[in-house]
Amino acid sequence: MQILIEPFVENAFMVQALIAGILVSVACALAGTFVIMRGLSFIGDALAHGVLPGIALAVLLGFPGMLGAAVGAALMIGGITAITARSRLSADAAIGLLFVGMLSLGVVIVSRTSSFSGDLTRILFGEILGIQWPTIFMQLVATAIILAITLVCVRPFQLLSFDPEQAQVAGFSTRLYHNIMLFMIAATVIISFQTVGTLLVFGLLIAPAAAGAMIARQIKSMIIWAVIFGVISMYAGLLISYYLDLATGASIILVTVAIFFIVFIIQNIRTRHIVSSRPLNTSRTGKRL
Amino acid sequence: MKAENLKYVSVKDLSIGYQDETIVSGISFELHQGEAIALIGTNGSGKSTLLKTIVQLLKPLSGHISVFGQPPGANPKRIAYLSQFHKSGFILPLRALDVVRMGRFPKLGLVGRHGKEDDEIVNLSMQRMGIEKLAGIPLHFLSGGQQQRTYLAQVLAHRADLLVLDEPTTGLDAGGRELYLKAIYDELSRGTSVVLATHDIQDEASLCHNVMLLARRVVAYGPPHDVITPEALLETFGIVITGEKRRLSVIETHHGHNGTDHSVS
Repeated sequence: MQILIEPFVENAFMVQALIAGILVSVACALAGTFVIMRGLSFIGDALAHGVLPGIALAVLLGFPGMLGAAVGAALMIGGITAITARSRLSADAAIGLLFVGMLSLGVVIVSRTSSFSGDLTRILFGEILGIQWPTIFMQLVATAIILAITLVCVRPFQLLSFDPEQAQVAGFSTRLYHNIMLFMIAATVIISFQTVGTLLVFGLLIAPAAAGAMIARQIKSMIIWAVIFGVISMYAGLLISYYLDLATGASIILVTVAIFFIVFIIQNIRTRHIVSSRPLNTSRTGKRL
Repeated sequence: MKAENLKYVSVKDLSIGYQDETIVSGISFELHQGEAIALIGTNGSGKSTLLKTIVQLLKPLSGHISVFGQPPGANPKRIAYLSQFHKSGFILPLRALDVVRMGRFPKLGLVGRHGKEDDEIVNLSMQRMGIEKLAGIPLHFLSGGQQQRTYLAQVLAHRADLLVLDEPTTGLDAGGRELYLKAIYDELSRGTSVVLATHDIQDEASLCHNVMLLARRVVAYGPPHDVITPEALLETFGIVITGEKRRLSVIETHHGHNGTDHSVS
């Protein structure tokens, strides 16, 4: 038991890392759930990389990284929206190009700083062990806002995921709620990148929610599962990197991806079992189908 | 009988389609409270386009359309829409019950509380489509027909004044069709109006007060027994099979996506 608690008792930075990790896990679970349900993974990925030039510029000019990330995310959302609305080309091709463009721009900007590789590594892979209280406070506020958005918008989000046309006919503007959802994803990326880095934050956004989607029967339980998986990943990732002296952000993402694949395999075995033994389709309503 | 004169949908010389393509023009009809109209035609004939124009998913190209005396889309609480295609829902953590509950969303809005009365309406709607025992089952475990029943139950849970249904019987078995026809009959008796797109020129169309045959133009419009004739069907579908007791049936064919071809291949 001692080895599970000791690192957090003895090191204040580990406690700060864990608190930041838990807050980020909650935000990622909420945003990630709707990313998965609406099939926006690719946009989530693009956003995660799109924030890089903003952060790089902020670092270069001495502004807070989060501010730069917010500007980068806003530009990226604008770009994605314009592409989706206008392009007759497949949107994912154009978005993909936009995000490698942003990634390159970020690297080019960072290369102007004096400590090129150090800054770049910090931005791409995070610095969860160096997180300070003001950042944690920002994460707390943002997570509260993301939670509030989810509570207020859960109905239109659900309709949008089920059938966007249905949402529109039901009186919920598809465009408005889609944009609110993008804002929520962007806010999540912005507060999360310092923990695991812009390159890996996508894993935190997607993996716990996707694992939750495979288990849950309802949105509420999907979010709860995603929070549980996210928090476990944070805690286990921190411990592993502490004892084995490994890169922290990458350790966290390895755990979360491992959890995803474990759930994936178990669910596949279970589904196969259920399909071969389930008497569902013999229920009186489905007999002839 | 005064209520019967309430005009729910009024369409005059309407052209429908997409920005760069007119699908059908010169559509005129009126739908009063408690009445039903069936749109019949092949895929690509303009049925779905007309339904989408009524629920404001598409803008009319020209002409006049009003729903409940206002432009389309002004009264989302009074309209229930069943679209033709649904996502498979394989990653949506939704049970059949959750899908039917969504039928209450237009009335409840963003944060209105889902109360006891809503629960009763949801349960009743599931019973009407015979799926009350499937309530707790995730959508992706249901068969195609069971899913269609769930979507229909969602439409019933709206308690809407106007039902706009795009091929509502797709995938339904005989039992499901029966429940559906009964439900539509009950809705009409309750004073609801219905616009539906269908291939069923027997049971479903004969339940309707008027029928419109579409083939990228209005081939015929009027009461079913006047409109559904072998000649008109031949013009609409390109093929008609007449059998015993003068029962007519048509074979639905799939055309190019833009629907420019309406001959049967």
